[in-house]
Amino acid sequence: MTTDATTISTTYNEEVAHPDTVAMQTFGFWIYLMSDLIIFATLFATFAVFSRSYAGGPTGRELFDLPYLLGETLFLLCSSVTYGLVMLAVHSGKKKWVLIGIVVTFLLGLGFVSMEIHEFYGLVAAGHGPDRSAFLSSFFTLVGTHGTHVTFGLIWMAVMMGQVAVKGLTSPVQSRLMRLSMFWHFLDLIWIGIFSIVYLMGVV
Amino acid sequence: MNQAPIDSTGISRGSLRTYLTGFVLSLILTAIPFALVMSGTWSPAATLAGIFSAGLVQILVHLHYFLHLDTSSAARWNLLALIFTFLIMILFVGGTLWIMSNLNYRMM
Repeated sequence: MTTDATTISTTYNEEVAHPDTVAMQTFGFWIYLMSDLIIFATLFATFAVFSRSYAGGPTGRELFDLPYLLGETLFLLCSSVTYGLVMLAVHSGKKKWVLIGIVVTFLLGLGFVSMEIHEFYGLVAAGHGPDRSAFLSSFFTLVGTHGTHVTFGLIWMAVMMGQVAVKGLTSPVQSRLMRLSMFWHFLDLIWIGIFSIVYLMGVV
Repeated sequence: MNQAPIDSTGISRGSLRTYLTGFVLSLILTAIPFALVMSGTWSPAATLAGIFSAGLVQILVHLHYFLHLDTSSAARWNLLALIFTFLIMILFVGGTLWIMSNLNYRMM
């Protein structure tokens, strides 16, 4: 229970956490990301099996808008880089730039999620929802799971804005920002798989 | 109050140069597959191979420049966990595709 106490406690004690705590939290979070990777691997496998099961419905070539997809991809890629700059500001202790960086990253991530919701809404409104074919079911499950992860990343970012503003760049706050950095870069990495395998290969 | 930068093992810090290098490489590696598919100059098989290799290289670029994964002793356990996960992923994805295509073939 000692680990829980150092993580959750908001008393003065958390500011003098054991030096190994951060390393353990970082590695533990990495293991979580690896388990998440396996979830995505199963969803990719499902999509690969159903990628041609159109059931007479629309194909990827008819549904996917590549310039729109490129916009989404650039939003997520730029947000990954701006979060990298946030971590640089964290290491040099510039609180103001950390906050500005998180706000920019948040807005770029929000742009990505909004574009994806708009795309899903358009598909469902046109009758191409997840109930249309096995291809669309697996498409919505895979892309939707990624979008949900990004949304939770945005919530986490909003919480961290508050923590940086109120608590400052204390060790626990830095440790959380570091784990959020891993989470955010990881989601961009999954997106490379999605735009390559789901969208681009679906259009070829 | 300890406000000094934390020094953590595992995922190490980057620098402005590594992030910008990663960004430029990612932009190029994103542009290549999109250009291949949108122009349609290559044959479908060659385009698929192009998308696949650009995606693979971009994943390596992200791992190295954004997640700072390398063979240093600090990141060794992270790397080992990742390689083990890749093994499981290959079993999952490869096994699923093999079994399902075989089933599909026998049902025809």
